[in-house]
Amino acid sequence: MTDVLTAVGMLSGSTFMLLAALGVVRLPDLLTRLHATTKAATLGVTLIMLSVALHFAETAVVARAFGIILFLLLTAPVAAHIIGRAGYFVGARLWNGTVKDELRPHYDPLTHRLRSGREEEDDPASGSRHGD
Amino acid sequence: MSIVILFSLALMSLALCLAFARLFRGPSLPDRVVALELFSSILVGIIGVVAIATDVAILLDVAIVMALMAFMATIGFARFLERGGPRDD
Repeated sequence: MTDVLTAVGMLSGSTFMLLAALGVVRLPDLLTRLHATTKAATLGVTLIMLSVALHFAETAVVARAFGIILFLLLTAPVAAHIIGRAGYFVGARLWNGTVKDELRPHYDPLTHRLRSGREEEDDPASGSRHGD
Repeated sequence: MSIVILFSLALMSLALCLAFARLFRGPSLPDRVVALELFSSILVGIIGVVAIATDVAILLDVAIVMALMAFMATIGFARFLERGGPRDD
């Protein structure tokens, strides 16, 4: 029973990793590639680490496996957010089928300023600034 | 069991090759950083499967260090991109 579950976890985890790599190769621009690698690869590592915990079934190993899972679940979104942000700032081109880019009318890439469009009503000195 | 281990190792090696294709081709530096991050995730998975295959539980420490280093490298590359270092895309 444990062996079967371990085998299923390993196979599905590696399949999800293959899907992530396929997405990285096939998808058209930076943000969609980020979407593929972050979620699918995190799920793949999670499944493999679960099967590692099932296979060994000792306290120390299970704690380490769950530590890896927790660490990945914490860091993968942060890393993806930070790469996406940096990529947008350096002007990575979006896919030409992109429907909506809500940041473009408000953000000036040269001065690094973000406007809310309501600066006239407020005090101009305390207008919305982009905090770095 | 060994067939399952071999098959999943083969799948992950194929995934490594695909990620390397994006690393090689990637039109801009952020794309290459994404490919590197995927590399490290796949390596953590490979280390996990090897730990199962060889019954060596201490290999999980290597996986922890790998994940940590990859996160640090990603943050470093992102800072580098935002601060505007010299690039040749």
